[in-house]
Order: sequence, then C-alpha cells, then structure tokens
Amino acid sequence: MADLTTDFIGIKSPNPFWLASAPPTDKEYNVRRAFEAGWGGVVWKTLGEDGPPVVNVSGPRYGAIYGADRRLLGLNNIELITDRPLQTNLDEIKRVKADYPDRAVVVSLMVPLEEDAWRKILDRVGETGADGVELNFGCPHGMAERGMGSAVGQVPEYVGQIAEWVKKHSDLPCIVKLTPNITDITKPAQAAKEGGADAVSMINTINSITSVNLDEMCPEPMIDGKGTHGGYCGPAVKPIAMNMIAEVARNEHTAGIPISAIGGISTWRDAAEFMALGAGNAQVCTAAMTYGFKIVQEMISGMSQWMDEKGYEKTSDFIGMATPKVTDWQHLNLDYVTKAEINQDLCISCGRCFAACEDTSHQAIAMSDDRVFTVKDDECVACNLCVNVCPVDDCITMRTLKPGEVDERTGMTIPAEDDKRTWLEHPNNPDGDPLACISRGQ
Amino acid sequence: MTHSPTTPGVVASRLDAATLADNFSDLHPPLDAHEAHVASDRCYFCYDAPCMEACPTSIDIPLFIRQIMTGTPEAAAKTILDQNILGGMCARVCPTENLCEEVCVRETAEGEPVQIGRLQRFATDTLMWKNEHPFTRAEPTGKRVAVVGAGPAGLACAHRLAMKGHDVVIHDARKKAGGLNEFGIASYKSVEDFAAREVEWLMGIGGIEMKLDSALGTTVHLDGLAEEFDAVFLGIGLGDTNKLGIEGEELDGVSDAVDFIETLRQTEDLSTLPIGRRVVVIGGGMTAVDAAVQSKLLGAEEVNLVYRRGQTQMPASKYEQDLAASKGVKIIPHAAPQKIIGDGSVEAVEFAYTDASAKPTGETFTLVADQVFKAIGQALGDTHGLEMEGRKVSVTETGRTNRPGVWAGGDCASGGDDLTVTAVAEGRDAAEDIHATLMG
Repeated sequence: MADLTTDFIGIKSPNPFWLASAPPTDKEYNVRRAFEAGWGGVVWKTLGEDGPPVVNVSGPRYGAIYGADRRLLGLNNIELITDRPLQTNLDEIKRVKADYPDRAVVVSLMVPLEEDAWRKILDRVGETGADGVELNFGCPHGMAERGMGSAVGQVPEYVGQIAEWVKKHSDLPCIVKLTPNITDITKPAQAAKEGGADAVSMINTINSITSVNLDEMCPEPMIDGKGTHGGYCGPAVKPIAMNMIAEVARNEHTAGIPISAIGGISTWRDAAEFMALGAGNAQVCTAAMTYGFKIVQEMISGMSQWMDEKGYEKTSDFIGMATPKVTDWQHLNLDYVTKAEINQDLCISCGRCFAACEDTSHQAIAMSDDRVFTVKDDECVACNLCVNVCPVDDCITMRTLKPGEVDERTGMTIPAEDDKRTWLEHPNNPDGDPLACISRGQ
Repeated sequence: MTHSPTTPGVVASRLDAATLADNFSDLHPPLDAHEAHVASDRCYFCYDAPCMEACPTSIDIPLFIRQIMTGTPEAAAKTILDQNILGGMCARVCPTENLCEEVCVRETAEGEPVQIGRLQRFATDTLMWKNEHPFTRAEPTGKRVAVVGAGPAGLACAHRLAMKGHDVVIHDARKKAGGLNEFGIASYKSVEDFAAREVEWLMGIGGIEMKLDSALGTTVHLDGLAEEFDAVFLGIGLGDTNKLGIEGEELDGVSDAVDFIETLRQTEDLSTLPIGRRVVVIGGGMTAVDAAVQSKLLGAEEVNLVYRRGQTQMPASKYEQDLAASKGVKIIPHAAPQKIIGDGSVEAVEFAYTDASAKPTGETFTLVADQVFKAIGQALGDTHGLEMEGRKVSVTETGRTNRPGVWAGGDCASGGDDLTVTAVAEGRDAAEDIHATLMG
C-alpha cells in the first residue's frame, strides 16, 4: 500500500491533499468537517491586520463557466479575505490544530506593505500552534486596489522584501503564494526564493470576467447593476497553472524551491500530474466547493491505487519526475514523424475529423460515399486535431514512423535514433542559432 | 367505474377516470429546458450528418440541436419548420427509431441515439406555445391553387404555396382539418388537441381558405377545380379500407381499426367509449398497433394482435411492437384469419397458422373475441380519372400526375412510405414545383 504522507518544508501531512486558502477554510466548523472527511491539511483563509474586519459584498460573489449538464468548469470570485475578526480566527485555528495535530494547518496572511504590520500578525499567528504561513500575494480583486494581494505579487521587489520580513520575525515555514497575473512567473518566484521564503505556492486566481448579462448589459457577478473583474479558478485554469509550475521547477534561478500546486485540481490524477511536474503537494478549492469535502476520499484511493500500480512507494518517488522532460521548443526532435490512424472498428462515422481537417487544417482525411474516413499520409502533418475532436476514445491515434520509414508528405527517410535533428541542427538553421528567426528579421 | 376489464361483452368504462387519463397521457412527456440542454449536448454536430440524410424532409438536425444548446430554441424551430412545417406533429409521431435516430452516430457508438424527436418537439413547442408564426407571405402572385385534403400533405403544400404568395383554398371531406394527424394517430402521441392547434397555427401564414365538409367527387370535382384554379394538389389520403373477404366480416363487433382510432380521437370522455373484453386486431402495421394498444389502455382484458407473416416482417417498427408488448398486447405472428364466428355479434375468430410465405399450413386455432379490428391496409377508392401506379395515383418526383395542372402527394400518391413526414415532404415539394410552373 502506497505511503501518501508528505513532508512539505517540514510540514507533515497524512496525504498531499490540502484545502487551499478560500471560503472552505474560513472557519473552524468547515475545517473540522474537512479534517473529518480526510483532508491532509488546510491553508486557513487569509487573515488581515487587526481592526475593523473587511467588508464583503452581499450580492453574488461568484461567476461561473459551465460545461454540459451545468458541470462547473471555471469559477471566479470577488470575495475578499476573511471578514471575521482576527482574534476569532486565531482562537479557532489554535483549537483546531490542537485537536488535529497530525494535519497541516497553514495560515494565509495579507497585510499592508509595512514591516511592522507583518511583525504584528506573525506574533499573533505564532501563538496558535499553526504549522506555517502562506503569504497571499495573489488575489487579483478588491484587496489589490488597496495595494495588497496581486499588487504585491506583481512586483518582485515587494515579494522579496516581505519574504525577508517574514523570515526575520517568525520561525514558521513560509510559503509565498504567487499571482499568475504577470508575464513571467519565474521573476516573483525568484524574488521569493532570494527573500528567504521556504516555498512558493501557485497559482492564485486569474483576473477574469466570466460572463456578461446581455439583458442588463453588465458583467457578472452583478452587484446592483455593476460588475468587477474577479479571480478565475477551477478545472479551466489547470493548464495555465501547470505551465507556471513547470517553468518555476525548471528555471535555473528557481529550480529546487518547493512548490505547492494550486489551480483546478479536481481529481487524484490532476494532483499526480502537478506533482510529476515538481509540486510537493496539491491544494484544492473549486472541486471541494463544487462537490463538498468527500472528494478527498477519491483522491486518496485514486492516488494510492495508481502508485501501487506504478510501484511508487512514497510520493517523493514520483514528485518532479516529469520536470526534466519539460523543455524549450528548440530542443524538440524535428525528425520525429507521426501519422494519424483511424481505427475503422471504433469509428462511428460522425465525420468530425473530416470537418476539422478539411475546413481548418491540412485536407489530410478522405471521406468515401459510404462515410468511411481515412488518413492521407502524404498530406498529414500529424497536427493531432483529428484526435482532439474525435468523440471516441482511442479511435484515432498517432503512429510513430520508425527509422528507415519514409514520410510520404515530405519524402524524408526517418533517420536513425542517434541522428535526430532539433532546430539547432536543422539545415534551415545552418548556424545552429536558437534565435535564427529573430536575427534574420533584424 | 361501472365495469371492469373482465366484464363480458363490449362495454364502456372498464377503467376509472384517473387510470384512463394516465393511460392516454403523453407517451413521451416533453423535455424541460434543462433536459433539452443536456440532450442537445450529446449531439456531435456530425459532418454531412446521417440523421439529416435519413429525414424525409431533410431537416438540418445538427444545426437545430446546436441552436437549442445555445439557448435559442425559437431559431431551432425555424430551422425545423423551414423544411417541415408540421415539424411539431412529426416530432410526436415520426418513427424516429427507423429514421434519424436509427442512423445517429451515438446509436452506433453507445446504442443510445441523441433524442432528436424529443428535441424537435422542445424546439417547435417553444415557438408554437408563443403563438408566433415565423413565416411571412411573399408579394401576391394573383395565382390561385386548390388543395384537396387537409392532412399532412395538403397542409404542407398549402402553407408553402401561401408563403410563395399564391392564394390557396383547401377542401376537406371531414368536419375538421388535420387528416390522419387529427383522426388517425394514437391519442397518446398527440395529446391536448395538438393536431387542431397545429393546423390553426399553420393557417397563421394567411392566404389559406379552409373549406370543410367538402369532399372530392361529391361537393367538388376535379374537373371543376382544374377549371377554376391555376393548379390543383390532391392530398386525399386513402379513404377506403381493405376487406378480409372472409365469412363473418359483417358481424356486429367487427370494424375497421381506422374507424376505431378515429372515434377514440374524437371522444371527449373516454369512459363513454365501449371496448371489448377480448379484442382481436388483424394486421401488422402502425394502425394495428395503435388500435391494439389503445384497446388495452381502454381496459380490454385481453388483446391479441394477429399478423399473417413473421414478426420481423411487420410494418410496425420494433419499437412499436415493444410498446404494444409492454402495454400487454400479445402479438401472434404467422396466422391468417379464416372465418369470424358469431351469431349476430362476433364470438370468436378462427385462424390458420401460416408458413414463411404466409400460406396456411392447415393447422388452425380459434381466439375468443367480442371485438375485432381489421387493420390490413387502406385503399384509394375513386381514382378521379388519374393514371395509377399499383393502387396509388402515379406521380413524378415532384408530385405531377398524368393530368397537367394536377399534382398529388401523401398516402394517395405513389412513392415514399405512408408516413406523416413523407407526406409533408411530398406536399412541400409539389408546392415548389407548382410555384415554379405557375411563375414560369
């Protein structure tokens, strides 16, 4: 039986599944239910500085993108950090941690860009027995207008500065939560690392408008006839989050910093993918908000089964295994040739591959009068669109041409294994210049 | 409830009112908006879609389903009605299991087609319940066309002609328009007076005058119509029924299934409609199934549907056969009636078993019966001097008869299956040809 325990920057948890800082972790009642359901840890919803609590809107706080049958694909929110008194949260954190010593309790924090504000709140959090802190430099809505959240995360100097203050005033492990609303995610990650942060977590939510009410001519969620951009999350953002994690995991300045993955994780498989790219654990929010806390049971059983099947005894056996395979385009093998193949036994003759290829791609699929669809190898560039639009699992697959075979489209004979050419060796780039196209334009 | 299914003879009120109401409610209740959205999402939007090919009226099914999915069922209805003005009724009565849904790629993939018929109903109902008529008439042409028969073919023809700017007069022999939609379809397929409401909605185009109680051959004559109008379209259906030609056919309790179905459709209070304790239906088509099922639903204790060929050869679809079986109808294939036994009223029917080629084997059996419905096909009757092809008026692909200026379509004309949807296609195509001819 696989061992799911994780040790993330010294914070131990019985499984890698944490609830991310968000409404599900806003109070003792929810967190106790989450721990009873089996979650390995929580990041308590962001606390702000002492004083009059934050005020939230009392109209809709969420907007949504749906798939078929109202399946929630993406959610955005305009909710701010906790709107409950600081001391109430701290008391609850202390009680919960005392009752669940084996679970991870990390406290998310967001206070103004002043050393004293950070010192004060860290002192208070230190008394709760919490396992660590997560610095919320990510929320793109509301608090950012007040110079916090993503307004900090978008300025690497601020990120580094606050990380330094936190490490100076607290012994707690420190995770910096990054905003994706930035051009190059490695810059704030690097700043966090250089500031002394123990880890980064990513991604926070993405700036977004989910829908426009065409009757009211107003973005949604709509608050008395007006809307504002909110933070986008859920399954729809997973590809964006995975790329950002992979970039941080492989960048020379940030490689090695522990990463806590966030971004549309809904199943054990999502979590495993993020961890394979280098994340040490997986934070979940939207899936829990959609289905409730019980989903963690599937995540635990699913990851266990998969690890057993693959022979991984502990999570560290597979964490980061896919990282070395993330590379730049220029290192891809340009002599690697595949061709689409349609399994006629599985084909249901819907013709979607034909429409896609004929109208929008390379006219590489033939359609007979009796609706038999076949690939024209001399036209197929192996773009994979037919595979992507085919509604039947495994009906269209890509066959890899072996060395010695001829690509009917180009006439090229596939070279031997050790004779691959990337862009750097390609004859169209005689100088082996990775910037060839750019320099030609200059 | 004064009687029960086991009360001897032919009596009314075998079931209580609530059971009757339930038995004759919508066979397939309409989809609600969410169900329609989920059902529409299953459509793969196939290229050159097989369902569209299978539809006799060539409705652009993937397009209308996508229009439902994107929240515009009214636009979906327009897509349907562009091709099939009786899309509302066809959504209810089409044997979709043999047409669009049979070839749906999801039937191939999963044995569960997209619910095209029910989605079509969702779209057309949405539009029709708003009482909107989405078509307008072209500039008046000054041409006048007579349409005989207010059934599916005649209505489709009349509507298309009116849309083109011609003035249309429809003559129908009955007191109500709709043809078989009104008189010939099982009640549970067209509840809440849908056929009549659809006719009223269709007439919303304007330019169509409806003359009821006006039969061809008695009130009006083909020669007169041909003289008075610029063109004539005949959608007169099949007015006669085939006879068994056996002893006892004239006994009380023996009648045509079409008459039974018609009476049932026009009966306001089903608890007043008499039905036998033991009913025998002879035939294997949709009419036979409709009569058998409805006999059962009225409370007959025992209903036998007897067909002279094998069950796989029955014109009624497998789906219809299963429906009949699920309602408690017993289907007896390979048996042909020899004589109907009775003294004044029917008491039993003697059948001979038949072989693979429907020839009697010599072995016989007898079914006790107090009511017998004959459903062995209908016939044209008066040919009105037109050239025939077999037992139907001979027409070209666009419905031209051998007589210039006279078109025909629907069940009375050659070509195509005797289906509502086929009749609509024929009426529509004849209208296009009439228009092209009149406008030179």
